[in-house]
Amino acid sequence: MLQTMVAPDVLTPTTLVHPCTSQAVVEARALRKFYGDVPVVDGVDLRVRPGECFGLLGPNGAGKTTTLRMLLGATPISGGELKVLGHTVSGQAREMRARIGVVPQQDNLDPDFTVIENLRVYASYFGLGGADIERRIAELLAFTALEGKAQAPINTLSGGMKRRLTLARALINDPDLLILDEPTTGLDPQARQLLWQRLRTLLSQGKTLILTTHYMEEAERLCDRVAVMDQGRILSEGSPAQLIRQHIEPHVVEVYGPEVEHWYQESGQRLADRVEHAGETVFCYSRDAHALLDDLSARPDLRYVHRPGNMEDVFLKLTGRDLRD
Amino acid sequence: MNPGLPTISLRWLPVWRRNFLVWRKLFGPAMLGNFVEPMLYLLALGYGLGSFIGPMQGLSYSAFLASGLVCSSAMNTATFEALYSAYTRMSPQQTWPGMLATPLAVDDIVLGELLWAGTKSLFSVAPIVAVAAGLGLVHDLNALWVLPIALFAGSCFAALALVVTSYAKSYDFFLYYFTLIITPMFLASGVFFPLDAMPLALQHAAQVLPLTHAVELVRPLMTGQPLPNPLPHLAVLLLYGLAGFYLSCVLLRRRLMA
Repeated sequence: MLQTMVAPDVLTPTTLVHPCTSQAVVEARALRKFYGDVPVVDGVDLRVRPGECFGLLGPNGAGKTTTLRMLLGATPISGGELKVLGHTVSGQAREMRARIGVVPQQDNLDPDFTVIENLRVYASYFGLGGADIERRIAELLAFTALEGKAQAPINTLSGGMKRRLTLARALINDPDLLILDEPTTGLDPQARQLLWQRLRTLLSQGKTLILTTHYMEEAERLCDRVAVMDQGRILSEGSPAQLIRQHIEPHVVEVYGPEVEHWYQESGQRLADRVEHAGETVFCYSRDAHALLDDLSARPDLRYVHRPGNMEDVFLKLTGRDLRD
Repeated sequence: MNPGLPTISLRWLPVWRRNFLVWRKLFGPAMLGNFVEPMLYLLALGYGLGSFIGPMQGLSYSAFLASGLVCSSAMNTATFEALYSAYTRMSPQQTWPGMLATPLAVDDIVLGELLWAGTKSLFSVAPIVAVAAGLGLVHDLNALWVLPIALFAGSCFAALALVVTSYAKSYDFFLYYFTLIITPMFLASGVFFPLDAMPLALQHAAQVLPLTHAVELVRPLMTGQPLPNPLPHLAVLLLYGLAGFYLSCVLLRRRLMA
């Protein structure tokens, strides 16, 4: 009876593959959010397709988390249109949230419960319970490598385990859309790799992922498409490869060393198409790196790294190198 | 700001149940606090002070006090739960924001929390009534009506306390509520002495207080005195409860869904 009252069709079979719909998972047009007079989100257009991993990158205060909160119906939109999973967000937030899973930036697990109790209680918020959910919980614990930890109290879990549990919890209602706010911040490299693996598995099962991140590597590896956001607006959008091709020269040479400032004045400026100076490092961007490399090989006092352009270069070019508090 | 009336459904049940499951795990220390304190008052003041005091409204002081303490215990337990425990779930623990990412809404959380606080009042009052009965301070089985009244009154007090919680930026804020509202009510609503011991102006003022009306319901039921018309007293408590429920929904929607 509780299930009928709370969520009539949330119980789904435990097979995780869903049919693809041609309808966009998220459609936002001219989305705006004002806090007082300040436009925290200032005319954002977004279209997230089913089954893709969409990343939202931006410095602190760019409006990423506010955009996510609007997607969830956690905060009302100030302007524009927003549809998530076919539902207009403000009117049908409850039905929409029944099909979404959320991994928040800060874990908000119940410290008074064990791992399995956390999952059972969270399931009850969706009106889910009984033998079906017990089976699903067992699957989710296996999926997130927490099988041995079902009875463990939350305070005995490491940061990585807590994040995996939060992911398991976010999947308890078998959502079509998973929203993750900085999912691997604070995790060690092994924990991060495991999480990425699991997220890729979810993508292969047809789920749609939207995530925000500061880790350019994460954006490059996981995301099909990425939007770089700053001051409430989207500066550029596309696949990581497209963005890199579009904004960054093919060759990047980072130069370090005590005399780098001098070298920059003398040769760096002249030999590269574009140069950026950040602290003790000079970033040289060029279509052809031969001249640079020849020059640098004659300078044993300077260290350098020659690499292809990456998302961090895109990010820093679009949003600048100034500190954002 | 969303000033709409609260939407009522059965979605408060998972919220209530979550709190119940935590309580069941940890209930030792909390039970002690909710139960031992009124018992100490009853024994120390009822018998200690009472040995100097003659009949009060035809009752021994212990019998008079026991029924008052039942009401104040319901009020204190529910208030504490809807202030400190609710704030913990709202802010440091982020339990409520976690719930809001699911099909639950703020209104469901508020209703679940106030009914849970009322349930805790019931759990704290039951042993007091049992011990009072054991000490011969209870008149007859009509005293069992006190239990649903504790659940009801506790929920109303909790609804008021949630309004305070919606404003709180830290636990310290609650001291204002205790010092300015709860403690004066505790002392001037007929718990420790009859209202007619106070000056007339204060007696009239006390009629506005919800605790006064809880006492007016509970004392007759526990002591066998006549209770010709319970409805006005229930109505006052209900009005406070409904006002608190509505206001806390509006304020918490604003705070949590900004």
